Amino acid sequence: MSEKNIFDEMWGRDETLREPYAEFQSWFEGEDLKRLRAKQREAEEVFRLMGITFNVYGRAEAEERLIPFDIIPRIIAGREWQRLSKGIEQRVRAINAFLHDIYNRQEIIKAGRVPQEMIARNEAFLPQMNGMTPPGGIYTHIVGIDLVRTGPDQFYVLEDNARTPSGVSYMLENRETMLKMFPELFSKNRVQPVQNYPTSLRQSLAACAPARCSGTPTVAVLTPGIYNSAYYEHSFLADQMGVELVEGHDLRVVDGRVQMRTTEGYKPIDVLYRRVDDEFLDPLNFNPDSALGIPGIMDVYRSGGITIANAPGTGIADDKAIYSYMPDIVEFYTGEKAILENVPTWRCSEADSLAYVLDNLEELVVKEVHGSGGYGMLIGPTASKKEIAEFRKKLTAKPGNYIAQPTLSLSTVPIFTKAGLAPRHVDLRPFVLCSPEGIKITPGGLTRVALKKGSLVVNSSQGGGTKDTWVLEE
Amino acid sequence: MLGKTANGLYWMYRYLERAENTARLIETGQRIGLTRLGQDEDEWSSVMQTASVLDGFNESHDEVGKEAAIDWMLRSMDNPSSVLSTISAARQNARLVRTALTHEVWEAVNMCYMNTRDALKRKVSERDLPAVLEQIRQRTALVRGATHGTMLRNDIYDFARLGTFLERADNTARILDVKYYVLLPSAMSVGSSIDNVHWETILRGVSARGGFRMAYGSEVNARDIAQFLILDKRMPRSLNFCVTKIYSNLRYLAQDYHEDPASSKLAQSLVESFLHNDIEVVFEAGLHEYIQSVLTSLSVLGRQIEIDYRFYE
Repeated sequence: MSEKNIFDEMWGRDETLREPYAEFQSWFEGEDLKRLRAKQREAEEVFRLMGITFNVYGRAEAEERLIPFDIIPRIIAGREWQRLSKGIEQRVRAINAFLHDIYNRQEIIKAGRVPQEMIARNEAFLPQMNGMTPPGGIYTHIVGIDLVRTGPDQFYVLEDNARTPSGVSYMLENRETMLKMFPELFSKNRVQPVQNYPTSLRQSLAACAPARCSGTPTVAVLTPGIYNSAYYEHSFLADQMGVELVEGHDLRVVDGRVQMRTTEGYKPIDVLYRRVDDEFLDPLNFNPDSALGIPGIMDVYRSGGITIANAPGTGIADDKAIYSYMPDIVEFYTGEKAILENVPTWRCSEADSLAYVLDNLEELVVKEVHGSGGYGMLIGPTASKKEIAEFRKKLTAKPGNYIAQPTLSLSTVPIFTKAGLAPRHVDLRPFVLCSPEGIKITPGGLTRVALKKGSLVVNSSQGGGTKDTWVLEE
Repeated sequence: MLGKTANGLYWMYRYLERAENTARLIETGQRIGLTRLGQDEDEWSSVMQTASVLDGFNESHDEVGKEAAIDWMLRSMDNPSSVLSTISAARQNARLVRTALTHEVWEAVNMCYMNTRDALKRKVSERDLPAVLEQIRQRTALVRGATHGTMLRNDIYDFARLGTFLERADNTARILDVKYYVLLPSAMSVGSSIDNVHWETILRGVSARGGFRMAYGSEVNARDIAQFLILDKRMPRSLNFCVTKIYSNLRYLAQDYHEDPASSKLAQSLVESFLHNDIEVVFEAGLHEYIQSVLTSLSVLGRQIEIDYRFYE
């Protein structure tokens, strides 16, 4: 993979300034690097003061880290975004339809488009959801679609996040910080706003209230607690929506409703935006050792007493083994070809594919089907011989655990370094809200950037940072 | 409001108040040590006893020394009432109830924590101690200022105030409890240097030297000090002031929630049984017994508030 093949979102492949960056570039040329360095430090100070931190698992409680923030915006043209958002909407509709089908009639399996064992033997499939249609027919109220770009018009979906996608607080705080630090840039560029996300989220959740709810629905955010790595985001969203932030021990099933303990007694909740995994949601129905959940909430849910967002069991739609079937899934439910492409994927469970993958490990990215956070994966082109040999053993022992993809030459965008601008690889996670009233996609999303030169791993747990993402008005 | 949130607010402000009180007592201890010749050991034992941290200290230390005492009260994470422990706990509670706080309050408490943590990373030398203590005092004052200036006067504020004044009343009562014997009329050997030291401790421990002078003149006597710290309505750390505040905040809550729970009645009887007396009556009934029963009543009241407003269940 030569440097030339890499598409830079500011300079293209041939050092020609691309149009969305025109205003930015003229501003940057007039800027003093010293002033920008001060701004970069100022931004960090803002984040530290606000306590926009994530907790690192397995460390002392005091270990709160900042996700590095880069002050150079990533800029996407309005028309580029239009096409993307159409593709995202189509994909999210298909995911919802797929979930409804899988937990009800399973037409897609009968039609032979997705194999039975992909579902039946999948840990993300929840039999407790069989025959259940959530209020409003919505399974994934909040979705994050991870996209990567390889060329001016070439985007791929890297993965879908249909369980509890996180990162939206960074999208919002990054924008707030940029507005504070570079107001002049916003008067030169017409950037589509993201700030109404919390309001939309609340409306979207309220629109999914169960039939049992009368009057204004009571919404709450369920967090595993103060030591969870995304606690800041949970409290941020509750605060911005003006709803209570609850933990399992604040809740109890009373009179067939899930109710929260307030200073004035127990009060019913209609819609629970939960940031607790399925497994821990209800010790009576799932993991009996869970102290994070609410005993009996699944029974209330099934009887229509509460809406859980996202619905339990949505993991079956974003599982990496299911991912490779997404083009079929989109076509099956929408009757159209998928607008957004999947990254070509070899399922190592299939003998032919496994043989190909084993022959080409140096070129491929191999991922665990159930892994996340960038752990347990092999990036062939940058791995050592020893790492490849070790991975080969693991792969041969349990091929069904892995999928493989070609190493994409991810696009780069400029970040601010001591020496000025320098290109780094990025991905993009747009956030999508679904309700019976429709699908809303916030223009932009969270851009994660691999801060290390040449690195393709953007995860914050592995040295990634974030940037503000601008979609310009047309 | 969630019961948990009320609990978090209450403790956030209790811890902030305690941090301030502890910092003030360290200052007092150091000041007394510097201005008179005497036994370090006795003074710091007395200061730690006033802060209710002496027992914990003795469990982990063989002897009382100035440096060890200051470190224990200032930085030790083994001492749950040290300045660092309490400010960390205040901030942890603030994170828990962040949705109930204004931006300004959160920033002030987070800043207070970050500053204190950095300032107390290493042992603080005697030379740096005054500056460090002053910084802590200023940081906690900023939190209080942000609270006054930006928070709505609603139930959130009421729980914050309840925490503040219960802790403060408790603190003042403890100082009086440890030093009650020097305030007894029988012990009034006015003018002797020993007594002056005790009075200094008492007045400095509640930041009241200036206030006392303003209200009672420069002549210090036991009766006036007791009057000032127990019954004076102008003095923001007197038992009367604190308990009256607690009672009125409980009344606001009762009005807001249209419910008059047991805690509000307890506070009312506390006001009636302790604060309508003349100081002479207090002395007649026995100062020590009086303070003991105030302390007990405060702790009963604290427990009743937890129950009435469903802090834990």
